[in-house]
Amino acid sequence: MQAFKNKGDRLRIKKDRIFYGFVIFFALLTVSPLILIVFKLVREGIGQINFDFFTQNQPNTFQAMVAIKNGETIPGGIANGIVGTLLMVVLASVMAIPVGVLTGVYLSENQNSRFASMVGSISDVLQGVPSIVLGVISYLWIVKHVTNGYSALAGSTSLAIMMLPLIVRSTEETLKMIPVSYKEAAFALGVPYHRVILKVLLPSSLSGLLTGILLSLSRILGETAPLMLTALGSSMINLDITQPTSAVPLLIWEFYNNPNMVSLIWSSSLFLMGLVLFFNIIAKRMAKKWKIQ
Amino acid sequence: MNGEKITRIILIFAAAIIVLIAGGMAWSLLSGSIPAFKEFGLKFIISTDWNPTEGKEVYGALPFIAGTLLTSILALIICFPMAFSTSLFLGEYFKGKRVAGILGTLVDLLAGIPSIVYGLWGFYVLKPFIVHLGLNQNGLGIFTASLILAIMIIPYATSLSTEIISMVPRELKEAAYSLGATRREMIMNVTLPNASSGIVASYVLSLGRALGETMAVTMLIGNTNVIPKGIFSTGNTMASVIANQFGEAEGLKLSSLIAIGLLLFLITALINYIGKWVMKKLY
Repeated sequence: MQAFKNKGDRLRIKKDRIFYGFVIFFALLTVSPLILIVFKLVREGIGQINFDFFTQNQPNTFQAMVAIKNGETIPGGIANGIVGTLLMVVLASVMAIPVGVLTGVYLSENQNSRFASMVGSISDVLQGVPSIVLGVISYLWIVKHVTNGYSALAGSTSLAIMMLPLIVRSTEETLKMIPVSYKEAAFALGVPYHRVILKVLLPSSLSGLLTGILLSLSRILGETAPLMLTALGSSMINLDITQPTSAVPLLIWEFYNNPNMVSLIWSSSLFLMGLVLFFNIIAKRMAKKWKIQ
Repeated sequence: MNGEKITRIILIFAAAIIVLIAGGMAWSLLSGSIPAFKEFGLKFIISTDWNPTEGKEVYGALPFIAGTLLTSILALIICFPMAFSTSLFLGEYFKGKRVAGILGTLVDLLAGIPSIVYGLWGFYVLKPFIVHLGLNQNGLGIFTASLILAIMIIPYATSLSTEIISMVPRELKEAAYSLGATRREMIMNVTLPNASSGIVASYVLSLGRALGETMAVTMLIGNTNVIPKGIFSTGNTMASVIANQFGEAEGLKLSSLIAIGLLLFLITALINYIGKWVMKKLY
């Protein structure tokens, strides 16, 4: 203990303590927004969530105005947004998952080929493209040339391009972890290549694949910007993929910009955040499990 | 043709789709922005005029480029102490402990909150707070947008640098302790020099995220098409001008917005490439 009586040493220990306090303080400060946001959404939004919220279409401005005047809760719900979100997410998955998984298989099977490494880098570039630019692209491709107007198809195209690189990388990473002996055993039994992929590689990496897919879904569920340029929105439930369609984030944007309906933003946001975090948590849990196995 | 060949062709075909999408994107953005560049030339990038009045239409991207860079870099600066402390908390001080698991999960969840929800929270909670502090009059502007951006990129900056910090070999740390170093001295002299390129890479990649963020920034930056005079004045970013004005745009204006999209695409691709390059040097 003699050394600690030295003035320089005491200063060093003091500095160490201060640094530790600094780390603890800022680390705790980091999570405070999460707690504040969840608290705010639950407090403001939970009162509006009822059966109608899930089954009725959005109210029009007049209904909302009358309700506010009489001091009632605003009628209606966000069913048109929920159905639109489901429609576009399913459509995007149908487009992105097969291409993404097959590309991931290609990349993991041809690790030394130059074309494969080029595809890998291109997929990384795609992953970094801002979602609003994907909206512009989908506008130029689908809105202008395929559906000749805003449509669910255009919205889901931009979402699909967003999902693709995530699925490619997660498929590739998971497949790389599968022991080569599995594949060799199958080939030794004379199993044809496509059946090796379908019956050996994909099933044994299933949970890794699902993790990637769920993560990419949680990424696209809350996307607003690309849908503003492509799907536009609709006040009715729409199942025609060539027509404008609403989505929960689009509804939030609409409510936010309409002074009469602005109080609906909290319940819709609570629902959207709950949905996204639900997918997110399940995916992360599966990812952890997959790593342990 | 045998089955194996068909399987290989299907796989290559899927990979080729990715290349086609990326190539098609570049081509569409380029051809869409040609009218704007033909009209204004390179002045498009350095001009500050944005005037959609018919007859004397002039478009320049500089206010938006400046706004984008300013908000993103400010966000990175604000996010640094928090992300840095969190990664030390998770990867060094409480590595493997239960409390680190909980904090790590919570930080990950920050990445799951949709951009528009951040925007709403920023508008209804952060903005009044900024006004209350007297930082600026209506609470909207570069600083408010950067603050919300900083919160949004924390999880990206944290996750990679935590991983790198926790990978620093135990022997090196023990050697420092055996020489009588305090924990802070060990972190400063052993952990950080070893993890520096990984930490830099994680901040560069977070910068890439911040550049393209749209909704939350649109709701908080004030949307004025001028070069911001300071960090408390209003401005606009490339992503938000597209989100705000794309809907009613036609002709030259549409082309100018697509050109801004192209510039944004190039800037983010460059930043991500630098980030990936630093990472590759690491492994």
